[in-house]
Amino acid sequence: MADKASGNSGDSPHTGDNRPALALHVPEPRSRPGDPVNFADVDVGAPGDMPRPDEGCAPGDMKDLAYGLVRVLGDDNKAYGPWDPKLSPDTLRTMLGHMAMVRAFDERMFRGQRQGKTSFYMKCTGEEATSVSASMALASDDMVFPSYRQQGILIARGYPLIEMINQIYSNKGDKLKGRQLPIMYSSREHSFFSISGNLATQTPQAVGWAMASAIKGDSRIAATWVGEGSTAEGDFHSACTFATVYNAPVILNVINNQWAISSFSGFAGSERTTFAARALGYGLAGLRVDGNDALACYAAQQWAANRARANQGPTLIEYFTYRAEGHSTSDDPSGYRSAQEREEWPLGDPVMRLKKHMIAIGEWDEERQQAMDLKCAEEVKAATKEAEKNGILGHGLHHPFKTMFEDVFEELPWHLKEQAEQATRERKIKWPDQHPKDGAGK
Amino acid sequence: MSAGDVKNAVTTEQAQGEDERRINMIEAINEALDIMLKRDPDTIVMGEDVGYFGGVFRATAGLQEKHGKTRVFDTPISECGIIGVAVGMGAYGLRPIPEIQFADYIYPGLDQLISEAARLRYRSATDYIAPMTVRSPFGGGIFGGQTHSQSPEALFTHVAGLKTVIPATPYDAKGLLIASIEDNDPVIFFEPKRIYNGPFTGFYDKPVEPWKKHKDSVVPEGYYKIPLGKARQVTEGEQLTVLAYGTMVHVAEAVCADKGIEADILDLRTLMPLDIEAIEASVKRTGRCLIVHEATRTSGFGAELSALVTERCFYHLEAPVERVTGFDTPYPHSLEWAYFPGPVRIGEAIDKILKD
Repeated sequence: MADKASGNSGDSPHTGDNRPALALHVPEPRSRPGDPVNFADVDVGAPGDMPRPDEGCAPGDMKDLAYGLVRVLGDDNKAYGPWDPKLSPDTLRTMLGHMAMVRAFDERMFRGQRQGKTSFYMKCTGEEATSVSASMALASDDMVFPSYRQQGILIARGYPLIEMINQIYSNKGDKLKGRQLPIMYSSREHSFFSISGNLATQTPQAVGWAMASAIKGDSRIAATWVGEGSTAEGDFHSACTFATVYNAPVILNVINNQWAISSFSGFAGSERTTFAARALGYGLAGLRVDGNDALACYAAQQWAANRARANQGPTLIEYFTYRAEGHSTSDDPSGYRSAQEREEWPLGDPVMRLKKHMIAIGEWDEERQQAMDLKCAEEVKAATKEAEKNGILGHGLHHPFKTMFEDVFEELPWHLKEQAEQATRERKIKWPDQHPKDGAGK
Repeated sequence: MSAGDVKNAVTTEQAQGEDERRINMIEAINEALDIMLKRDPDTIVMGEDVGYFGGVFRATAGLQEKHGKTRVFDTPISECGIIGVAVGMGAYGLRPIPEIQFADYIYPGLDQLISEAARLRYRSATDYIAPMTVRSPFGGGIFGGQTHSQSPEALFTHVAGLKTVIPATPYDAKGLLIASIEDNDPVIFFEPKRIYNGPFTGFYDKPVEPWKKHKDSVVPEGYYKIPLGKARQVTEGEQLTVLAYGTMVHVAEAVCADKGIEADILDLRTLMPLDIEAIEASVKRTGRCLIVHEATRTSGFGAELSALVTERCFYHLEAPVERVTGFDTPYPHSLEWAYFPGPVRIGEAIDKILKD
């Protein structure tokens, strides 16, 4: 024991004195606040360069697509290569309109939070194409299991803005009865699954939905969205395994926006490989796409949807993009990353790039863009005013007390009945000027 | 409930007849699954080894062959994945019946159960529900060591939105499983594996009795349900109330019989929702209450029962409420019978409750 404790006697083969000391690698991002930013080492390839295999292609025969970058829009704003989805001008205008609406909505809701109208908001600035364009490539009844930054899907599917705002304000118009954190929407009518605050849980759920659709001989497919940081969760790996085992008609969209709150993508493994390359070990088709290129986003999702719908298998798509704003209204990114990153991002801004493309092909101009931006802002403003009639967070008890206890189970068990009575008694003490019958509060 | 509900009294009478059909708990569970797979095209059975092979305890034997491999199938070894896909299937409109091979393996699926399945109805304001029944063998007494013997029911009763069901007889296993599958809330259905093949008295050195000798092994062939939230009166007595579930119902019954105690034994059958009326009525009558479970003691479901009895029946109590439980250690392999809350521990507690 004495030898072991001193560790330097040299006569034990277990002391390890002449082996090199191990060193732990802790990833460090390319820049911190105030640092200059240079993305020159990020290989983004060239627009039009990547081949577009047949949708039935075996994953092992398209490995390059998991390491390269599918791009369509060139620096000259023209569309290049086999991934150009060749969308009609009308479809392009619709797409740009949805993306502009998402941006206008984000601006106003962020401001609303700062004005104290709600507790929380999350923008998706810079990532609009990954939800708007991608969901436009799906059928409207294909089921989506989003994460928390896919408001673009709801807007693209025509979910009323006022319903979104009611939810964000947790007011009496909120269809979710004020139960969920702002932006955790749910709409069965729009084939949009209830958003969870727990990360990556939606990924195996999407696979399960897709399996159910296949069991029933349905024709609808499922798609899910997850951040690159959350791919570290076990749920994501379970999802990949089940997807490949049952050849589920599902699309696993990984939004690599470089940052998970303050942790850069290196903490999910990006220093060693790409997120799309995760697909290969599972036997999934893997695509890596410029997430700021609306046409590439559409084309990749369309490819994967065609593949899934033809029973040819699931696809994992990495959207290489950049989270231009903070994680949420509770986050200040100037505390951990360089503000210059956003300006230097080598793949630009998705809304600007689509706009310039449409101008370049003669289907759009600055006047129409300005008019559209103005119209979006006005629509959001009108919806906000309308929603505010239903109240804002913290002003009035918006939902009848009993709704707090409803829907825990299908039927109210005795213990919740007792607790509801307790809450009602407390209410009379806490808010004596409210009429008990006035369920909605004032 | 439906006309298919058969009263226990009827069963007891049926047990008198020699030619009544008697089956064990595994067969009862298999029958319930078979009936529901046939009745409801939205049900699916999935889990590790449940398909072609029919499950490590044979609970799903023959079901794949009968109902096809898209209705009954094997899964990857991923409890997180099993529960996660079951949530998605429920959202689609299916009624999945996943099996977790041992309750001890359920932990990787906890986030999907606690944060997702249990909360889905509430958080989506009924947009989506998770009508799944998670079957899992639980409890010890089979020399399973610490990873094949646990009783984690209290983890689930603590979660708002989950129901927890534990049968103690073949008759109940079938009727409760059918009710659980038809329930629109997620149900954790724990099967006491020690009594799959015969009721266990806790006298581990005595020969095992097969179910065929027990009155509650008489099981009707067709469809019937036992409502969730209703306890079963096992024996009637005035000396004390015993609250138990699963294997411990039989152990408590045997100990009381052995000691000549006339106990009011309630088999709780479902922990959530709990039959508080039956508990209150019994304890108020007897004035004494013993709670028996195999799970570890601290923060076990017995703590909840003890609190409820004390809160509601305090002025009727003639002795402190007693708990007999497993010890707060992992389930030991070689010392299984030292750990198990068997006749000695139960006997001591009964003596203590009855001494004044």
